[in-house]
Amino acid sequence: MTEYEVIIGLETHIQLNTITKVFCSCKADSWIDLPNTNICPVCCGLPGVLPVLNKLVVEKATLLAEAMHAETRSLSFFDRKNYFYPDLPKGFQISQFDMSLAHGGYLDLPMPQGYTRHVTIHKLHIEEDAGKTVNQHGRRYIDFNRCGVPLVEMVTGPDLRSADEAAQYLIRLRQLLRWVGVSEADMEKGHLRCDANVSIRPVGATHLNPKTEIKNVNSIDAVRNAILKEFDRQVREVEAGRRIESWTLEWDEDRGVLRKMRSKETEADYRYFREPDLLPIRLTDEWKHDILRNLPELPLVRRERFVKQYGLPEYDADILTSERSLSDYFEAAVKNYGGDPKKISNWLMNDVLRMLNERGVSADQLKLTPRSLAEILKLIDAGTINNSTGKALLEKVETTGRSPAEIVASEGLAKVSDDSAIRKVCQEILAENPKEVESYKSGKVTLIGWFVGQVMKKMRGKADASLARTIFEELLQ
Amino acid sequence: MELCDYSALEMVRLLRAGEVSAVDLLDSALSRIEAVDGRAGSLEPGEITTEDRMRVHSFITLTADRARARAQAVDKALAAGEEPGLLAGVPVSIKDIFCVKGTPSTAASRILSTFVAPYSATPAVRMEQAGAVIVGKANLDEYTYGSSNESSAFQPSPRNPWNLDRVPGGSSGGSATSVASGEVALSLGTDTAGSIRQPAAFCGVVGVKPTYGRVSRYGLIAFGSSLDCPGPLARSVSDAALMLQVISGPDRHDSTAANVLVDDYLANIEKGVKGLRIGLSPDYFQISFPDPLTGEYHQQAVPDEIESPVRRAAQLLKEMGAEVIEDVPMPNTRYGIPAYFVISRVEAASNLHRFDGVKYGYRTARPVRDLSELYRRTRGEGFGAQPKLRILMGMYVSAAQYSEQYYRRALQVRSLIRRDFDQVFDPNGKYRLDALLTPTTPTAAFELGAVYGDSVLMQYADQLTVPANHAGVPGISLPAGLDSQGLPLSIQLLGRDFSEAILLRIGRAYEQATTQDDWRNVRPAVLRH
Repeated sequence: MTEYEVIIGLETHIQLNTITKVFCSCKADSWIDLPNTNICPVCCGLPGVLPVLNKLVVEKATLLAEAMHAETRSLSFFDRKNYFYPDLPKGFQISQFDMSLAHGGYLDLPMPQGYTRHVTIHKLHIEEDAGKTVNQHGRRYIDFNRCGVPLVEMVTGPDLRSADEAAQYLIRLRQLLRWVGVSEADMEKGHLRCDANVSIRPVGATHLNPKTEIKNVNSIDAVRNAILKEFDRQVREVEAGRRIESWTLEWDEDRGVLRKMRSKETEADYRYFREPDLLPIRLTDEWKHDILRNLPELPLVRRERFVKQYGLPEYDADILTSERSLSDYFEAAVKNYGGDPKKISNWLMNDVLRMLNERGVSADQLKLTPRSLAEILKLIDAGTINNSTGKALLEKVETTGRSPAEIVASEGLAKVSDDSAIRKVCQEILAENPKEVESYKSGKVTLIGWFVGQVMKKMRGKADASLARTIFEELLQ
Repeated sequence: MELCDYSALEMVRLLRAGEVSAVDLLDSALSRIEAVDGRAGSLEPGEITTEDRMRVHSFITLTADRARARAQAVDKALAAGEEPGLLAGVPVSIKDIFCVKGTPSTAASRILSTFVAPYSATPAVRMEQAGAVIVGKANLDEYTYGSSNESSAFQPSPRNPWNLDRVPGGSSGGSATSVASGEVALSLGTDTAGSIRQPAAFCGVVGVKPTYGRVSRYGLIAFGSSLDCPGPLARSVSDAALMLQVISGPDRHDSTAANVLVDDYLANIEKGVKGLRIGLSPDYFQISFPDPLTGEYHQQAVPDEIESPVRRAAQLLKEMGAEVIEDVPMPNTRYGIPAYFVISRVEAASNLHRFDGVKYGYRTARPVRDLSELYRRTRGEGFGAQPKLRILMGMYVSAAQYSEQYYRRALQVRSLIRRDFDQVFDPNGKYRLDALLTPTTPTAAFELGAVYGDSVLMQYADQLTVPANHAGVPGISLPAGLDSQGLPLSIQLLGRDFSEAILLRIGRAYEQATTQDDWRNVRPAVLRH
């Protein structure tokens, strides 16, 4: 039996997180607005209106292009893509065709299996979004709110080789978009939309077979499931001696099935031509330089650095660089702390991440600043507080916003290391628990831990555990 | 002479002097309209009557109530001692291709006949802010597609005030007739291939096509977006300068509106032409046209009647101290129309996409099975012949398999035409011209019905004006006499980018040199009693 591999290319539409739309001053995001309430003559394409370019769109697109290692053009153009659809109010979409803002580029995908997939970028251009059509009860409703929302369309080469790789691409892209700060990349809100081009071929072959295009795969699971389904279907077709036709398919998320939308025998002719109402984009060296000053170190680079510079395991570095604010938090905490970075990493991954998840916030929104975290660790290192007090402090700092030292002082949380105070309690405990003393003396020395625990209980966690242990050992001799 | 026959400058002067009110000016304009305009254009005109043939029909919509409110506001501002603006109280018309808030803005098309604009075009806003009183929306060729005004969906279409059996030219036909017959002092028109200058020439008024980008296009229902220029029509050069002053300048709603300082057009307008270099080109004394049967290209000299006012103007300007340079080569002039045929139609077809019956304007009343039938019926019924021709041709020449040989090539020709101008206006070049002096049109106003229907021949009426649109340079058409049949003749001045001040200065000098001419005292036929 022939073995097949799947060849996948992804087309993504990325909504840039600008304040206003790309060609008018309506708000860019209409998520909470009622239909047709965030519109104006320009985005509705009334007779006589003209587009005026929002510069921030160019800046965000340039940041994205750079993050994708794409090459920007110092001179690029807008073009009209002409087609009729009710939710396209001008009857053309302002897009970029042959001379787009950027070309080339790639994204390297480190796969959990350990290899890295190099995904090339074929197209990267700015365009305006169209409106939204909703079919209901045999009527067609159109919402123009989304018209003119700034998008970057980005298309990969046919470089992905599994549904998992496709999913991983979206995960990494989403991470990158948020990291660079150009998009909220919330797939549920349509900030990151995806179509998948899928074909198959016998393993070892190098040619490309006709592909189908799957529309509307707008979650990471959808991408994975739709591609798996389509791969199976194509294999079945080919095995049955039929040809794969260039269909456009639609993924029905609720039912988990693919539906044929149309066959695509001939390419539509969009009659592209230069948009005469807009000037070319002149991305001067100065402007680009200014824009790129805001480009942060990219996630994969930072991940590598965390391993090298701080001696973190790959696993830690990967999690700590999943979000830019978390990785910034880590570095700030390490700097403030001055001790073993792995310790900071442990605290972040065990405790701080849980706090973030519980609260649904990002690291930069915590009241527990990197400085506070470092302070807690230093208090532990200095023996001022013990480990469990330190953990409890995390929550206290977060809820009160006060500094750890302040809380320790005002609540009297400092570890009691006064020998006589602890000794007194130890003697009490031995007196109260003759049975345990007996077992210990007859050889069950592990009970020492239990004794220390009793001290902690009595002293509400403030006792210096190692001191208590020494005292017990002495008293029990 | 009635109040409405005064120049805009004189009206403003009288108003500021307290000798007349804005309402007086408006009343005078309205009574002139009452006397000469006849019924406004309509979609269901019925038969064109003898009475109709005696009127100019400049308007699609009269905005008398709105105008009265504006005039009263101007009078009130004046009474309160406020600065009323450069165009205070001046009655004006606006070509109905511009959106003016609260007015039907029809583009002279059935498909937009029910569209009431919710916003105003920038040049119209600027005119109103300067105190102008908009008395109506002037008729035009449907979507500006024509050179005779006959293609308007709103009939009767405008008729030439000098000879009511003649066309007024187009597409700013109603603008030209309203100014020529004293219904208004100024009109806002648009020029895509000559649509201000040609009707101005046919109706014996001044028409200015500014540099592309000098006047904002925001609110102008687009024809050829890379060619369209809003501009003034007026009865004198100074009035045109006054209006241009008001409407020019950058606009945050139009990124193609140039960020170039606006000159003070009136400041130096009387400075004369001494030392200016004015060129004559043989390429503007001939016309090229395709043989309707063979398609072969013929060239023919323009008639003497057309050439002689240009020669005379050159002579007069020379006598006033200008240097006249003969034999200036403008070799690509002849390709202006073919290139225009392609570029303007590609842009027009795309610009017309939005008129689909979905959002505003006309929608077919017949039941439709599906979306594409809604489109086809709406557009089939809503558009007249001229938009349909432009859509067909525009779609054809921009199709993937043809765009290389047509559209791309036309763009190359366009750059050659631009190069012609660059070379002769180059201050370090061989010719170093300040202006090129040419005829505006190859003929005087033709008879109604004589050319209409032959849209290729119609287009050739623009061949001396269209190069300026390709190149983006400014042009001005000036009345220059009457022909043997009493029809207006004209001359055209073309200049380098943003040289409107110089063109107006030359125009004003020419105007002064000809004030004593007999034809200056002849009034349009419609005003002779």
